[in-house]
Amino acid sequence: MNTLLEIAGLKRHFGGLWATNGVDLRIGRGEIHALIGPNGAGKTTLIHLISGALRPDAGRIVFAGADIARHDMHERVARGITRSYQITQIFPHLPVLENVRLAVQSRRRDWGSSFRMCRPASADFRMIEEAEEWLGRVGLAEAAGQLATDLAHGQQRALELAMALATRPQLLLLDEPMAGMGPEESAHMATLIASLKGEQTVLLVEHDMDIVFRLADRISVLVAGRVIVSATPDVVRNHPEVRRAYLGDDIQ
Amino acid sequence: MTQLVLEQLLNGLQFGLMLFLIASGLTLVFGIMDMINLSHGSLYMGGAYLGAAAAQASGSFVTGLLAAMLGMAVIGVVLELLLLRKLYLRDHLAQVLATFALILIANDLVRMIWGPQPLLLNPPAALAGPVELFGFSYPAYRLLIIGVGLLVALFLYVLVSHTRLGMWVRAGAANRTMAECMGVDVRWLFTGLFALGAALAAAAGTLLGPLLAVQVGMGESILILAFVVIVIGGIGSIRGALVGALLVGIVDTLGRALLPTLLRAVSSPEVAGHLGPALASIMIYLLMAAILFWRPQGLFPARA
Amino acid sequence: MKASPRSNAIEAAVLFVAALLPFLLQAMGEEFYIGFATRLLIFALAATSLNFIVGYGGMVAFGHAAFFGGGAYIVAFLMQAGIVSAWIAWPLAVLAAVVASLAIGALSLRTRGVYFIMITLAFAQMIYYSIISLQSAGGDDGLPLEQRSTLAPFDLASDMTLYWVALAALAGCLIALRRLANSRYGRALAGLRQNEQRMEALGYPVDRLKLVCFVIGAGIAGLAGALLVNQNGLASPTQLYWTQSGMLLVMVILGGVGQRYGGMLGAIALLGLEEALGLMTEYAHLYIGLALLAVVLFAPRGLAGLAGLTDLRRA
Repeated sequence: MNTLLEIAGLKRHFGGLWATNGVDLRIGRGEIHALIGPNGAGKTTLIHLISGALRPDAGRIVFAGADIARHDMHERVARGITRSYQITQIFPHLPVLENVRLAVQSRRRDWGSSFRMCRPASADFRMIEEAEEWLGRVGLAEAAGQLATDLAHGQQRALELAMALATRPQLLLLDEPMAGMGPEESAHMATLIASLKGEQTVLLVEHDMDIVFRLADRISVLVAGRVIVSATPDVVRNHPEVRRAYLGDDIQ
Repeated sequence: MTQLVLEQLLNGLQFGLMLFLIASGLTLVFGIMDMINLSHGSLYMGGAYLGAAAAQASGSFVTGLLAAMLGMAVIGVVLELLLLRKLYLRDHLAQVLATFALILIANDLVRMIWGPQPLLLNPPAALAGPVELFGFSYPAYRLLIIGVGLLVALFLYVLVSHTRLGMWVRAGAANRTMAECMGVDVRWLFTGLFALGAALAAAAGTLLGPLLAVQVGMGESILILAFVVIVIGGIGSIRGALVGALLVGIVDTLGRALLPTLLRAVSSPEVAGHLGPALASIMIYLLMAAILFWRPQGLFPARA
Repeated sequence: MKASPRSNAIEAAVLFVAALLPFLLQAMGEEFYIGFATRLLIFALAATSLNFIVGYGGMVAFGHAAFFGGGAYIVAFLMQAGIVSAWIAWPLAVLAAVVASLAIGALSLRTRGVYFIMITLAFAQMIYYSIISLQSAGGDDGLPLEQRSTLAPFDLASDMTLYWVALAALAGCLIALRRLANSRYGRALAGLRQNEQRMEALGYPVDRLKLVCFVIGAGIAGLAGALLVNQNGLASPTQLYWTQSGMLLVMVILGGVGQRYGGMLGAIALLGLEEALGLMTEYAHLYIGLALLAVVLFAPRGLAGLAGLTDLRRA
């Protein structure tokens, strides 16, 4: 496996609670890696630690060879780690196309890009074209002119994904992308994520077990701040500790 | 020299305690309702004017003080019910606009009723003279202010930490929505608190009246200081307001008194003459900036 | 997102009328009001610059008087030192505002919300106290401007010329801000205002973007200050006091935060009301206060919102 992200001994506490209690994890390039675990296991905290919203108390996060554990969020984004949010974080009063265009604009990380003050952004044809492509990819091409706040919930989640993809990350952190979606919308999102297989490395946090087992190349199970097993879906499905801690008798 | 320092310390304590009276009401407004209230200084001014007018009319300082407190409490309640309630759900900018408008209205109303000249307010005759203290003379009136300030601090301390009402107040300041869910009637609690805050500000206005001038616009300069106090102390915290007020009162008073002298000792009289007063005036702002960088939420933030 | 021909026509018409105003006033024998109209333009410029920071950058700054009054003081200082030319003194005033705002902004932007408001207020008060303690700055009385700056080939001693210069400054600034709003930088600011966390997650240097916005607003205020002292003849401490910051903020809110002409409308409405009421009663501020309350309660989007004018943000 060509390792893209390696986490060793990661710890983080809040007061007396060790939300992350010695996590070891490896994610290979091009794989869709799912992170599952019961509520309160520390999945969101782990995502925050990887994305840079939180700093760890101990441990290493090595991304493409560099230890980024103490880096700022925007530094990590510059290195190629992008996340999407469990609670939709879009720009509600801007048009859908503009939402994605802003993501594309941020990718040009030379100092001048976001400080260009003279030319109107509407003249940036290439940026707009690229934004339109991403919208097409997630199936929102027709909604380009609408205000983001007017979209249905499922469409907003798709927009969320498009914005994350538009930054062309090396590692995409998807925090419960199906949150709040009905079965049809979830299926659509699952297809989208499946289409990323091979071309995009994804760390996916998700509760829907069907989807997780269908999409993931490898699964890590997080319980009480530790990863108890990290392997292929088959191994995880049959692992006794996992069953006991999390799956119960739901999976036969 | 020590006598000078002691005297200025007492002055600082006195000023700080009065700032506490004003800031305590302000910090609760801010802490519980998250509302910027620029008109709190006008409550202070209104109190000073009512106090002066009542004292002149009745010939008794105490009557003036009580009239001021009662009068501004009533006005405060009316203000809260008619206008301020509508602002709680609005954004800070709308609150700035509305309460700034209140300052304009208050200043002109006061001018309409009492004219543009400052009002005269005399301290109680019995306390007009000095008192012997640690071997030097100190104005008895200022001792009274210190006494009243300490009493109020004690009263508020008991109220906030040992009564159910105080518990509601602390809950509301920590997390208003949770407090409401727990059954605290935040709105009426708040009206009551506002009345108390107005009464205290009025008391401060009347007590300081004989020392500072009772004039139009006196609220604006004290308001800034009160804001500095609550930012230093932590928004929503009475304890923070007390500590912040004492810090500001003492630093400001000592700074103004001692800094020019200190500077003259270490540098040329010219430099000291220029730098001294400037530095003294900005001391408390430097203090605030320093505290904010060390503790961005102030010393005793009420919110978890 | 493109401006309609109709709104362009209205804007051109307003500009045309404004340019002709001095002649009108002269013809009516009301030359005194040319100075008043100039004052309106200057405050419109200052309020517009604050609107950029507050409405466009999303930062509630309560220390704008430092840059506005500061610009006035710099020009007065320089005049005292023998620098008479506006071509030198005015850019220096802007530069001073830029440098001061870089320092103040860099420190203040580490805080958020109410604390940001208080810190900007504190810094402005520090500047106020520092200046009134200086004897060379005239202390409490302020610093008079012996003569108007020279703006060769224009003669600023003429009230009409000063008016047109102020008008040009305001128009130029409004046009520049519109272009800025449409640029990549402006769009980034728009995103920032709507969802700062997401911008950060997308990799934007959020604090840097805000600082630049703050500095641009401050620089324009410095220019307004240079114009103010020329119109007034005096750089006074009141121009630096927090109530001046408050008044500018009130103008912005009154006119409509984030609306393209919000600052301008608010300044004209407030000062116009003050002047008109001042002729009729001694207690103008009482009625102004009541009017402001009415606006807060019944016109939450300000005057520009009432008139349904173009939104600076949606430019």
